[in-house]
Amino acid sequence: MMEQFNNIAPWEWVQLISFYAIAAMMVLGALFVVTMKNIFHAALSLAVVAMGAAVVYLMLDAEFLGFVQIMVYVGAVITLIAFVVMLTQRANQSGDNKATNHQKFISFVSVGTVLALLLWKIPNASWLTTVTNAELANAHTIGNALLTDYLLPFEAVSVLLLAVLIGAIVLSRREKPAKDDGGAE
Amino acid sequence: MTLIELTIKIVEWVQALAAARGIDPSWAGFAAEVAIMCVLGGIVLAMVSVAGMLLIWMERKVSAHMQSRIGPNRVGPFGLFQSVADAVKLLLKEDISPRGKDLISFWLAPMLISVPAVMSFACFPYHKGWIPIDLDLGLLYLMAIGSAAVIIIFMAGYGSNNKYSMLGGMRTIAQIITYEIPAVLAVTAVVMTTGSLKMSTIVDAQSQVWNIFSVWGLIAFIIYIICATAETNRTPFDLPEAESELVAGYHTEYTGMKFALFFVAEYTNMVVVSAIASAVFLGGYYGPFGLGGASPVWMLLKVIAMIYLMMWFRWTFPRLRIDQMMMFGWKVLLPISFANIVLVGIWMAFKTLGQ
Amino acid sequence: MIIPLNHILVLAALLFCIGLYGALTRRNAVGILMSIELMLTAANINLVAFSRFVTPNTGAGQVFAIFVMTLAAAAVAVGLAIVICIYRNHRTISADKIHLMKW
Repeated sequence: MMEQFNNIAPWEWVQLISFYAIAAMMVLGALFVVTMKNIFHAALSLAVVAMGAAVVYLMLDAEFLGFVQIMVYVGAVITLIAFVVMLTQRANQSGDNKATNHQKFISFVSVGTVLALLLWKIPNASWLTTVTNAELANAHTIGNALLTDYLLPFEAVSVLLLAVLIGAIVLSRREKPAKDDGGAE
Repeated sequence: MTLIELTIKIVEWVQALAAARGIDPSWAGFAAEVAIMCVLGGIVLAMVSVAGMLLIWMERKVSAHMQSRIGPNRVGPFGLFQSVADAVKLLLKEDISPRGKDLISFWLAPMLISVPAVMSFACFPYHKGWIPIDLDLGLLYLMAIGSAAVIIIFMAGYGSNNKYSMLGGMRTIAQIITYEIPAVLAVTAVVMTTGSLKMSTIVDAQSQVWNIFSVWGLIAFIIYIICATAETNRTPFDLPEAESELVAGYHTEYTGMKFALFFVAEYTNMVVVSAIASAVFLGGYYGPFGLGGASPVWMLLKVIAMIYLMMWFRWTFPRLRIDQMMMFGWKVLLPISFANIVLVGIWMAFKTLGQ
Repeated sequence: MIIPLNHILVLAALLFCIGLYGALTRRNAVGILMSIELMLTAANINLVAFSRFVTPNTGAGQVFAIFVMTLAAAAVAVGLAIVICIYRNHRTISADKIHLMKW
């Protein structure tokens, strides 16, 4: 691995260092998400992770996806989570507000096993990477693909979003008390 | 000479100097590029600060003249240094913070509130070839950065440990996310006809006739101006920070310099939405119907005209109630913007059929 | 592309495992939803990384990632609506205490 570090141009050093910095920030943010007692701070850490992911997409030449990630995740999903955190705030202020439940040890062990397995196998696998000189995919290509190759999933997701919209509104509506005709006079 | 050519010239000059002294030219070129970016960033920050000061003065003068009075005229010629006096006053105020506040949210919110607005300045078309960063997806970047500002207002409202701040913050956020969608759809109508999200392409496509001089462009412009006024929390959409309703909304508990940061962020947001409206609908740096050619003066005049329009709105329209505001956003503006996109689609289909 | 593919995959694996740990151990229902979002973000990073290194010119991974993003937002929306319902009825959103349907 060390022989790659000989002919790196200055801007590539910037990319490399910023990738490691962003990765460290994302892992730290993820740790805060799963361990913080104050749920609003956990939501803010999730926003940090989402922004980091957007920067990673931009580094991977997926610009459209990076900006859509900012717009959808940081702009909408985190806002929604923060709203619900605010609406259910009184439930968090009761006595025993430990962040994690009694399954801490066993899940740490099993997740640790999964992580060890992944970290062992990933560097040793031979991925089928290609180096093409053709144009990288941009918004134009993605838009075309969405409307030609992937038209059926696109339409299905639209119907799904409609169902989610109606479902979320119906689920969170307040039940109105039944009208009483006897009290009209 | 465009910005890119100027940059290349400077970098090559520095590289020649470095090669003569025996320093690695690629690193010297890198240092020169970073220095140029820092200079550009410094110019942008200076623009933001000066614009903030000038806009505060302009707001007070414009509102005064609309109310048949004169406004500040003591501190300097025409009261121009009134903003400096205001800034000094805010700096000298005592910095009170509420008990039980959430430390991270309370302190970070005023620092981060200007970040999305200042980040947008990198993508504006100031002059032909003088866009600092001409992203291929420049317009999407501007819209995405605008929507990332929402969570910071949440932090401000939550961190104050005050029911009125929280309520004001939630109302502000509800308003912003409601009026974000018709704004993006209105801009999408222009993107459909131009065929690109690149700012320079969008402005150059209006070199002969501005986008506002077409049916769909006019509708899209009206929708965008209404949404822009709502997103920057200006009257008639400023219920979240109206003094008679919620004290001051999400920035109730902020005093002194932190309040100044919120205040300046509001005016910077106004400049950003005016600049987007000028670039996308009003032809950017081109004069009307091509007269006068490309010039940064046109861009400046258009931005000032849009800002004046928003200040005019403030003293013309009464404030909307929160439920009227949400009803207007979801039930009126959103269907109209969808219909506008369908209209543009049909127009483009007929145009390509006719060829 | 100066960043090696393996490093990005390791980052995604770390995020996924941290999200999995959070989904298994958090008490707060909203916290569980946030951990699920972490897992979906990790999957997205994997998809985009492979799209860049294996099929850079079709962008198939990016299209897949757009769908995953959409579905993640939809899942969070419905999940949070359910959390609000539970809060209204039981006045608590701790996953330990919501065990009406347990045997």
